Amino acid sequence: MTQSGPVMERTHEWERGRSAIDVGAVSADAWVEVAERDVRETLRGQIARLERESSAIVADAFPHISPADRPDPRELRDEVVAGPRLLTFAELERVRDRLAGHTQDLRRLAAERVEHERRAHERLEAMKLEPGRYKFARLPVRDLGEGGCGVWEVRPRLGLIGMLSGWWQVKLSSGCP
Amino acid sequence: MSGDDAPEPESKPELGWRAREIERELPGLGLIVMQARIARAASLNARSPAGVEDRLRELSNRFRGARAVTLRREPVPAAYRAFFRHVGLDPDVVRTPIEAVALERMLRGGLHSGGLIEDSLLIALVDTGVPVWALDAAAVDGPLGIRTSVEGEPLGRSPRAAEGPLPAGRLVVADASAALAMMFGGLAADHEAKGGTAEVTLFAIKVPGVPSLYVEEALWMCRAALEQP
Repeated sequence: MTQSGPVMERTHEWERGRSAIDVGAVSADAWVEVAERDVRETLRGQIARLERESSAIVADAFPHISPADRPDPRELRDEVVAGPRLLTFAELERVRDRLAGHTQDLRRLAAERVEHERRAHERLEAMKLEPGRYKFARLPVRDLGEGGCGVWEVRPRLGLIGMLSGWWQVKLSSGCP
Repeated sequence: MSGDDAPEPESKPELGWRAREIERELPGLGLIVMQARIARAASLNARSPAGVEDRLRELSNRFRGARAVTLRREPVPAAYRAFFRHVGLDPDVVRTPIEAVALERMLRGGLHSGGLIEDSLLIALVDTGVPVWALDAAAVDGPLGIRTSVEGEPLGRSPRAAEGPLPAGRLVVADASAALAMMFGGLAADHEAKGGTAEVTLFAIKVPGVPSLYVEEALWMCRAALEQP
C-alpha cells in the first residue's frame, strides 16, 4: 500500500497555503511536523476503515470465520501490553500493514466460504433432482450457511423395500444430539 | 441530605484538559468528567439497591451471545476498536471494555452484581457502549485530564504504588499532581472508590466517532444509579 497519492495531494495543498502566508515566519521543521502529523492522520483513517471492514467480515461470516483465526496473538502481546501511547509514523504504518494483511486474509476466507456454500447449494439441488444418484449422501445445513445442526440426507423410502426398489428421497434430519 | 437543606449545585459533565501534544495528535479524543454523591449510608461494596440489580438483570437478559458477535459492527464499540488500534492496542488481544463484558457475560452466563459502584459502571457500559471509571473524589487533586506519562512515574500518589513505575509516553488520565489511571486500564489502587467513599469523580473517554451525547448519557446513567438511596 502506498502513501504517495494522499501525501502528494496534501503537499500541494500546503504549497498553495504557503504562498498565502508569510513563509519566512514558519520554520522548515514546523512544516515537516505538520506534514508528518497529516500523514499520521491519513494512516489513522486507513486503519479505521480496515478495522470496520474486518469487523464486518467477521460479524457476517461468524462462526465460519472467527476472530480467533488470527495468525498468532501471542506475537502481538509484547507490543500490545506496552499500553496505549501516541504512535509514531513507523508504528502506525506497521499497524496499518498488519491490519491490511489480516483483512486480506479475512476477505479470502470469506470468498472461500461463499464458494463453499454455493457448491453445497448446487449439490443439494442435484440431490433433490436425482436422489438415486446420491444414495446415502449427507449435507450438513451449516455447509449451506444456515444455523443449527440439521443434515440433508438421501435415504431409501420405506427402508429396505425402497432400497431394493430404487425409491430414494432427500430428507432433512435435525441432526442434533 | 434532609428536605430542609438548600439544594446543592447540580454537577454536570465537564470536559477534562488535554496535553497539547495529545490535542494536536488526537483531536477527537476527549475526557468527560462528572461528580456524583453517594446517597445511601451503606458501604459501596454492599449489595446494590433492588432497582440497580433489576436493571442489571434486565440488561443481562437482553445482552445475548448473538449480540456479542455483532457488537464489533455497532458504531460505538467499532469506534473504540478503531481507537484502540490508533494508540497501539490490538482489540483482539486487549479487549475493548464492552467486548470484555460480552465475553464475561458468555463465560459466566450473566452479568453478576458486584456492589453498587461496579454495577453502576457496568449498566452504563452495557447500555451505551461507553466505558466509565470512578475515582474517589477526595483523592483527586484538581481537574482531570489526559497526558502522556513521564519515564519512571508511578501510577497514583502513594509511594507504595504497586502499579508503577510507568514507561515514558503512555496515555494516562491524571490530575494536577499524579497519573491516576492508564487509559483504558486499571486505576491507581489508592484512588479507587472504596466502601466508605462519599463522592466519586466519574470519567469517560470520548473517542472519534462516538457522539458526546452517548458519553454524557453513560455518565448520567452511572450517577443516577449511584444516587439511588
